[in-house]
Amino acid sequence: MPTPQELNRIASQVRRDILRMTNGSASGHPGGSLGCADYLVALYFEIMNVHPEKWDMDGIGEDLFFLSNGHISPVWYSVLSRRGYFPVSELGTFRKINSRLQGHPATEEGLEGIRVASGSLGQGLSVALGAAQAKKLNGDKSLVYTLHGDGELQEGQIWEAAMYAAHNKVDNVISVVDYNGQQIDGPLSAVLDLGDLAGKWKAFGWNVLTMDGHDMEDILKTVHQAQGMCGQGKPTIILMTTAMGKGVDFMEGTHKWHGVAPNDEQLANALGQLEETLGDY
Amino acid sequence: MKTFEIFDKQDTRSGFGAGLLEAGKRNDQVVALCADLTGSLKMDAFEKEFPDRFFQVGIAEANMMGLAAGMTIGGKIPFTGTFANFSTGRVYDQIRQSIAYSGKNVKICASHAGLTLGEDGATHQILEDVGMMKMLPHMTVIHPCDFNQTKQATLAIAEHNGPVYLRFGRPKVPTFIRPDEPFVIGKAQMINEGTDVTLFANGHLVWQAILAGQALSEQGISAEIINIHTVKPLDEDAVVRSARKTGAVVVAEEHQLLGGLGGSIAECLAQHAPTPMEFVAVMDSFGESGTPEQLMDKYGLNAENIVRKALLALGRK
Repeated sequence: MPTPQELNRIASQVRRDILRMTNGSASGHPGGSLGCADYLVALYFEIMNVHPEKWDMDGIGEDLFFLSNGHISPVWYSVLSRRGYFPVSELGTFRKINSRLQGHPATEEGLEGIRVASGSLGQGLSVALGAAQAKKLNGDKSLVYTLHGDGELQEGQIWEAAMYAAHNKVDNVISVVDYNGQQIDGPLSAVLDLGDLAGKWKAFGWNVLTMDGHDMEDILKTVHQAQGMCGQGKPTIILMTTAMGKGVDFMEGTHKWHGVAPNDEQLANALGQLEETLGDY
Repeated sequence: MKTFEIFDKQDTRSGFGAGLLEAGKRNDQVVALCADLTGSLKMDAFEKEFPDRFFQVGIAEANMMGLAAGMTIGGKIPFTGTFANFSTGRVYDQIRQSIAYSGKNVKICASHAGLTLGEDGATHQILEDVGMMKMLPHMTVIHPCDFNQTKQATLAIAEHNGPVYLRFGRPKVPTFIRPDEPFVIGKAQMINEGTDVTLFANGHLVWQAILAGQALSEQGISAEIINIHTVKPLDEDAVVRSARKTGAVVVAEEHQLLGGLGGSIAECLAQHAPTPMEFVAVMDSFGESGTPEQLMDKYGLNAENIVRKALLALGRK
């Protein structure tokens, strides 16, 4: 198992990938991607039991991950390639014509690691719950993980799924909310406030945990705690506090880099703040 | 003109229910989800026989479509059940992204389609669903004509790998397809061979086309009647062959003209065999309350109008 320090080193490289990919296509969503880099690295390199070398759609006997907020595809693509799902060199094709790395994740081009398209928000929890129930029918004890944007929780389908999961005791799911408080038009508190988010999930019948999405030790401890709560009749969600744009000083904590790619000068500045640990693609 | 025996009068939704139960017996990967309409969709027999493979999702159709997409991951073959309106328009984006674009093996089974829903009125009488579904890449669209065919279609789609939209209805209508008649997805079904005019139809309009063919026969006109139960993929060979043979075409369906079977056939013939065509469909309007028979008469979805349109098409040869 990699140590938290080793995971942090991988996350630094993932952040470089995110910046270079979005710069390379002059489009994409760096802000949320940078904010979720630590969690996705922890998930794929420590937490989940996955078999990238023998990828298949059904994923029987391995843990599954669903990215519901598909616009942060750069971080997912980087982590998948660094974990061995597909060649790291393919990151350079992000958002370009004839690429498997579509702007939002898709299965159409057969990219290893992706099990459903996402981008139109609010759909991933339902899909994940279906996959979790299929695992139960198959007697498969592995777990299903999901990631959602906090702004995404404004979609009604999320709450249909939340109600369903508790009623049907889908207790092999661990969901995480990227709780950065920002969405495209500004702070959530100004656009459409989520109110008492922990209270809402509790009222819907979920276990609710919180963690610091930039503290690798806290991520590992909290997710392992969530794993211990599985199989006891309740789904679990973790409200993960993050900063959009984490790791790059001029991008951090603002919605302004939600969907804007860095230009060459900004890229050089940003890369100067992040150590190249695994070799750029 | 062949004669047709009516074996029974049954609803096509019951054909779906019978087919689903049989599909569940044949393959333990078949699962079913329903949004609080188990009795209306005739899914209760499946629920009783396979309680562990039946998922009641409540009045939450968007979630149902996502759940079904997810269940395919791990090898399940999910059948979703609700009214046609809530199977399509309400959840178009969920179907588009999580099912069609993602290539998921989900069977979207839609009852109470069209005007024959009757008294509930236009909120529930969807007449645009075939159009929405046929526009989606990867989607197969099927609209069978009677109880026996709906049962066979249900069994056939369980064996087919890929997303399918299966459309059926509520009223009791003549059962005239033999129970052992195999259902082949994408293969037009010759109902009656003729020489003067082709009547293409699907769903409840196939029986009306047979009645129209009999009336035309009494006027000395030989009607070829073809059941296009699979709107997509369209059996273009059968469509072109018959149009070339008769030189006049009527398309009849319980759907809007825009986006329906008629449009698919017109696109095909315009490209391969331009032919005078007339249409029996709902002409850019919503439905309303009434009995199924009253509504089908008011909106011209009946044998009488098919005859009238056939004579018009013949006159344009």
